[in-house]
Amino acid sequence: MTEAPLLSVRNLKQHYPVTKGLLGREVERVRAVDGVDFDLRPGETLGLVGESGCGKSTVAETTLRLEDPTDGAIRFDGEDVAGYEGDALKEYRRRVQLVFQDPNATFDPRMSVGEAVGEPLLIHGMGDPDRRRAIVEDLLERVGLSAGDADRYPHEFSGGQKQRIALARSLVLDPDLLVADEPVSGLDVSVQASVLELMGDLQETFDLSILFISHDMSVVREFCDRVAVMYLGEIVERGPVEAVFEDPQHPYTRALMDAIPDLGTRDGPPPEPLSGDVPDPADPPDGCRFHTRCPAVIPPEDLDLDRAVWRAVYDFRLALERHSFDREALAERVGATDDETLRTGARETFDVPAELSDPDAESAVSTAIDALLAGDEEAAVDRLGAAFVSPCERTEPKPVGVDRKRDAACLRLEDRVEVEAD
Amino acid sequence: MTGDALLSVEDLTVEFDTTQGTIRAIEEVTFAVHPGETVCLVGESGSGKTVAGETLTRLIPTPPGRVVDGSVTFDGQDLTAASERELRSIRGNRIAHVFQNPQNALDPAYTVGDQVAETIELHRDDPNAHERAIELLDRVDLPRPATAAGKYPHELSGGVKQRVVIAAALAADPDLLIADEPTTALDVVTQAQILRLLADLQAERDLSVLFVTHDLGVVSEVADRVVVVYAGRVMERGPVEDVLEDPAHPYTRALIASLPGRGESMEPLRGSFPDPVDRPDGCLFHPRCPHAVEECRETVPPEHDVLRSRYAGESATPNRSAACVYYGENHDSAELDRGEHDPDDLDGEDRATGEPDAEDHDTTGPDAEDHDATEIPAEREGDSP
Repeated sequence: MTEAPLLSVRNLKQHYPVTKGLLGREVERVRAVDGVDFDLRPGETLGLVGESGCGKSTVAETTLRLEDPTDGAIRFDGEDVAGYEGDALKEYRRRVQLVFQDPNATFDPRMSVGEAVGEPLLIHGMGDPDRRRAIVEDLLERVGLSAGDADRYPHEFSGGQKQRIALARSLVLDPDLLVADEPVSGLDVSVQASVLELMGDLQETFDLSILFISHDMSVVREFCDRVAVMYLGEIVERGPVEAVFEDPQHPYTRALMDAIPDLGTRDGPPPEPLSGDVPDPADPPDGCRFHTRCPAVIPPEDLDLDRAVWRAVYDFRLALERHSFDREALAERVGATDDETLRTGARETFDVPAELSDPDAESAVSTAIDALLAGDEEAAVDRLGAAFVSPCERTEPKPVGVDRKRDAACLRLEDRVEVEAD
Repeated sequence: MTGDALLSVEDLTVEFDTTQGTIRAIEEVTFAVHPGETVCLVGESGSGKTVAGETLTRLIPTPPGRVVDGSVTFDGQDLTAASERELRSIRGNRIAHVFQNPQNALDPAYTVGDQVAETIELHRDDPNAHERAIELLDRVDLPRPATAAGKYPHELSGGVKQRVVIAAALAADPDLLIADEPTTALDVVTQAQILRLLADLQAERDLSVLFVTHDLGVVSEVADRVVVVYAGRVMERGPVEDVLEDPAHPYTRALIASLPGRGESMEPLRGSFPDPVDRPDGCLFHPRCPHAVEECRETVPPEHDVLRSRYAGESATPNRSAACVYYGENHDSAELDRGEHDPDDLDGEDRATGEPDAEDHDTTGPDAEDHDATEIPAEREGDSP
């Protein structure tokens, strides 16, 4: 794979300052994208996958220069995109086209399909209506509609058909790169398949590279050559789609795969879904950003607890650090106010067993709960903070090469590399 | 199935009057939901599955909609004959609905705690409604429910909002929950969380659930039994593992083949969805069916018991049937596993978009934003995860 990339993104950052007051003092920074690298080669499809709020759409918008990045470099066909202005920027935006999730928002309801699809040609200087019409009719047929549909209006079409029209519009300027942001997420599953098939055909016909953004690993698997998994502004794993699917290296990738409903092919009970939402990008967790939700978060070396129990105790600690303890709410939940019931209730709330198998851990948890009930929250947080520290919150994982084409950023992999080096 | 059904729908037929003519949204649809059971109504946009769910508590606008035939019996009471007053005491109380878009179900001007509390008070006088609301928010796993209760819908993510809607639906302790695409607008991780929550709540409260969805993947996670509908008619029904692992009807097979990411090659559904004002004769699926024979064009196939090879020697599985001639006396269903006939109607003008054409049932002008009374209340496709 020595071909020069069509699109090359390095250390891309997009931060949004949140300001307050008349002077516009910056109170915090939303780190929507925080250091992202990827390459997209000619004719290739790269999937950018992650949950809502992981920053994948921001990557798309910044790549198109709809917004200027806070930091980092975007090179397209060997040139730095940041320097583009005027005609050069216009030409860049001709060669790179965007397809959105919601085809309804793509179209002006008062514009006929023909006008909408031909509009970019007009903007780019093709004044001859007959030529525009000919191009539009040809494209409509290529996306599975008919030339006569040019005279109809967007509302006359179903969601899947509108997405086909949106694809026709995106291709009218003969682009090299298509950035498709959740292009099939709003469609019925049965319609998704036909739109994906069309995109594959168009890619071949027009020799397109595609940056395909999605939250759904099953669609990515169907359509992409390579995948980059994003979490909270960072890429946590990347590699060829099939390799990643067969043997995901990052716990987040695995969680995304586990979230795909299966058709009864899975053995045993369905895996526990990830809990909670993506954390606030204005205040990302230290170390590995996924440690607050990671089912595989690394326990302290000397701790001897089952994985599930460790995760529960750790969640207990993280919850206390983030939110103050509400004795009243707990009392209401357990329906009693005496310390003994509250002690049991606190453990039950966090799925912490009545007694931990590791005596040191047990002592830390019970001391902390006693301190909480005595009103000394700080002592409780300190006690738990001293006893249950994961390496994952201390060290930011670096991308580790899994093989020549794959890497993932997880401390578990770094450990493995060290072991192998020994 | 043992015991009496909680909900029993028989031969339900619902029509809508439009300027283009009368549309039959569902036709002779029959299914039952037993206590503690989840039944999935599966179909594409335009299949009538939402109309079926909404007709049960008469949520469809009448006119233009009307129940032409059939009955809906809930806990012994015929709902099609019930007065609006009687229905109001059932709706939200004993039968609760959860819809696709939580944004539409919540009022932006009130805190979510107030909204759940309001639902509780609507159904019974409860001086502790607010505390009970917090308990419910806690039960649907809202982190820090007491604080969350004070938040407004816009401060919450889509998944959290859907949890709030579920809490409100549970407020009156219903017997039956009708969940219409409750996870379609959410991303996959949030979807998995919500499906898990619904399963837990169901087990805990012995709730019956009618789950309406277009996604067979979701079906596999939640359903006990499945009813597959196409253009308003039932195509296949049966226990979930049978239908998904060994689909009988060619339509169900096509739906499964169109699922992405199974590691096998994805095969889009060919042909286009029937025009609701000009539906094909015979089997509604025949123009798109690779196995269609002359008979399919002429007669509507009845639901035949399915006796698949894996049950060879056993009697037909109860409640497993397919409305397909290949399961009738004159055919051998094993033929479905062999070659394909050429469906000659496929070369028609619609080519291979495989999608319903909105023109045919959208009768409003260029500005179709407003919900026109004559418009078919067809399912909206999912919006933004």
